[in-house]
Amino acid sequence: MKLHVNGAVLEVDAPGEMPLLWVLRDLLGYTGTKFGCGLAQCGVCTVHLDGHATRSCTLPVSMVGERKITTIEGLSAGGTHAVQRAWAILDVVQCGYCQSGQIMCAAALLAEKPDPSDADIDLAMGGTICRCGTYQRIREAIKHAASGRRAER
Amino acid sequence: MSPISRREILRSGAGLVIAFHVSRRGRAAEMAPEKPKTDPNAFVRIAPDDSVTVLLAHSEMGQGIWTCLAMLIAEELDCDWTKVRVEHAPSAPAYAHPLFGMMATGGSTSTRAEFERYRQVGAMARDMLVRAAAAKWKTDAKTLRTGNGFVIMGKERLAYGKLAEAAQQLPPPEKVALKDRKNWKLIGKATRRLDTPEKITGKAKFGMDVQFPGLKTALVARPPVFGGKVKTFDASKAKAVPGVEQVLQIPSGVAVVATNFWSAKQGRDELKVEWDSGPGANLDSDALMASYRAQARSPGAPVVKAGEPDAALASAAKRLEAEYDVPFLAHATMEPLNCTVKIENGGCEVWTGTQFQTIEQMTAAAITGLPPGKVQVHTPFLGGGFGRRGDPRGAFVAEAVHVAKAAAVPVKTVWTREDDIKGGLYRPMFLHRVEVGVNDKGMPLAWKHTIVGQSIMSGTPFERMIKNGIDPTSVEGVSDSPYLDAVPARHVSLHTTKNPVPIHFWRSVGNTHTAFAMESMIDELAWNAGQDPLAFRLTLLKDKPRFARALKAAADKAGWGKPLPSGRARGLAVHESFGSIVAEVAEVSVDSEKSIHVHKVSCAIDCGLAVNPLAVEAQVQGAVAYGLSAVLYSEVTLRKGQVEQSNFHDYRVARMADMPEVTVQILESDARMGGVGEPGTPPIAPAVANAVYALTRKRLRSLPLRLA
Repeated sequence: MKLHVNGAVLEVDAPGEMPLLWVLRDLLGYTGTKFGCGLAQCGVCTVHLDGHATRSCTLPVSMVGERKITTIEGLSAGGTHAVQRAWAILDVVQCGYCQSGQIMCAAALLAEKPDPSDADIDLAMGGTICRCGTYQRIREAIKHAASGRRAER
Repeated sequence: MSPISRREILRSGAGLVIAFHVSRRGRAAEMAPEKPKTDPNAFVRIAPDDSVTVLLAHSEMGQGIWTCLAMLIAEELDCDWTKVRVEHAPSAPAYAHPLFGMMATGGSTSTRAEFERYRQVGAMARDMLVRAAAAKWKTDAKTLRTGNGFVIMGKERLAYGKLAEAAQQLPPPEKVALKDRKNWKLIGKATRRLDTPEKITGKAKFGMDVQFPGLKTALVARPPVFGGKVKTFDASKAKAVPGVEQVLQIPSGVAVVATNFWSAKQGRDELKVEWDSGPGANLDSDALMASYRAQARSPGAPVVKAGEPDAALASAAKRLEAEYDVPFLAHATMEPLNCTVKIENGGCEVWTGTQFQTIEQMTAAAITGLPPGKVQVHTPFLGGGFGRRGDPRGAFVAEAVHVAKAAAVPVKTVWTREDDIKGGLYRPMFLHRVEVGVNDKGMPLAWKHTIVGQSIMSGTPFERMIKNGIDPTSVEGVSDSPYLDAVPARHVSLHTTKNPVPIHFWRSVGNTHTAFAMESMIDELAWNAGQDPLAFRLTLLKDKPRFARALKAAADKAGWGKPLPSGRARGLAVHESFGSIVAEVAEVSVDSEKSIHVHKVSCAIDCGLAVNPLAVEAQVQGAVAYGLSAVLYSEVTLRKGQVEQSNFHDYRVARMADMPEVTVQILESDARMGGVGEPGTPPIAPAVANAVYALTRKRLRSLPLRLA
């Protein structure tokens, strides 16, 4: 089957029920998208399908169709997306394992709601777990990216 | 400069296991082995392009040492900070932990244990570069200075990259002087992480991301009851799954080896295994807790004894009794455990996120029959550690080595989330029974404290830390509580229990439960005395100025004593662990469904010197969040020998909406440097429980806290 990944059309030989996550990771080598729970409970596998945040660990690859897949590797060239820049300025990451998922969720949120409220952030980010507990800086970084402020800490 | 003698560095041996547990009284420092000579070339490389690569002797698992330890070298080296890169060091004796004698990350020790060595390395490398420049300029090295990656003579300067090769040929200096504190440019300054660029672009490589041609993926079916064994298994359906290549019995279960994760998972789902459950078959966590309660009625092995507590209790004006209990807890690191093993050409390579490289190396050597020097452990980034990846028995690596050995191909053994939640190595369940006798003013005169739970150290290489039957990790935080010094008659004792549930270090270890018991009981005493909980503590801590300072700072910032909107209340706690003192004030509410919400946490930490305040703030915020999961949600329970939880829907953890606004005050002090990764966790449970009491007058003595 053909998949549209980060602007490229890739041919992949996968069983239809194989979750998109494992197609991306094990068959195509996009390891930036992470495995955390396999049940759409933790959000670290989040990618964009036509711009919408989607859990890839429970999505059979046969359901993807023509939709455009964006992974963390394809979000921007060299980490220049406003969310990634805000993450760097606010020094968000700790272990980093969940951050691909957090960033993909935050980018999708801002695309939909350029000026999200705290409640919007709770809702959009509530599905993505960070055991290091970077939530507070994530919230600040989302607001920073939203406001376009460039003030250094 | 490059590692001058790679062979030398890689020639590995058994690290001498000295001690994992660093006592806050500094015993571990006295036990440190004679220090081998530090070779700066093993720790820092300078390339012709002026880049400076720091080799990290410890594992980066989020705590920020990737940046902090590099700061120590860069400070003394006087290099250009923007050109600093970091790599995990290979597994080799040169990188043994200065206190533990083996490669290890734990006990909130990395920065304080390396504060001398990493600065020394920077200073030695700088000295070699200066001497190389002096030789080039044919001048006296003493006339030269350095700055931002250059050796400078008057108006002339030479970049470090141009001097590196010559410098590398020089013998390292015997002695170097370190900078005076007032000249520090980096240490003590809020410094952003060096691992951010790869972690925000998906480029950072974790163990899970190791891939190379020919690598297979395995999932292991493990017994559903701890201590169980494989009786028989039928692999016919599993082998019929496309992609499944081998099904193999190994000591810990049955491994399904496939071309990718999904096939291995499908194969394991189809595997039929009959298990022999063994003595754990009827294990029940409620029954276990009931047995702990019964045991706590009589004193255990003595830990602390002073005065005549029984007589003092009998004659006290009033006697308060309470039992506090905490459940088993999984670490639930976001990256499930995994380990890649390649056994080829008389050598073994292991890629895994580990906190104990030397133990993994020895473990792999023992299983493969290779000398330890033929085993190389590569450390990718760790997707969370919290203790889970520091297994003193090396079990998850041992299992992966068994799989690769039996399969005779390179294999990455991966745990699913269910494997992780059900697979053990939990924070042990504990019960504290506390009886306190008070005088007519409500001040404590007698304190009898009985602790019941499993020993983490027992049966591990750290067993020698157990003295007179007391595992220090079972009692730390009670045995040395600052409050007990103010109580004339006291008796702390320990019942060490045994059962098949495998247990482990979990961020802040014994302090996770001892702080809850101590600071809850102190709060009960304050309310009983009709005193303000802050004022009551300050009276008891009148000879403990660091504790009092932290409490006051956290309370001031929280607005302690100032009115709150209706439906809100504050609670506080202070606790010392890993050499640092942290006070926290939590502000809570309770909703109509009786769920507890924590809105704000004001923290004050005294860790002596804060090498990177930005990292200290992050660690305290994160430690609060980690603790909060256990306060509000998480528990592992067992029925009929089986763990009842399986994934994040029933092993709940804190999410975005649960995260309070956490403020962190760093209280600079001249005290000996303390740890930072763990000490923020212990105070949050009692601070929240005490706030819930202030709000509802209901004293919750079990974690997770539940009002309904």
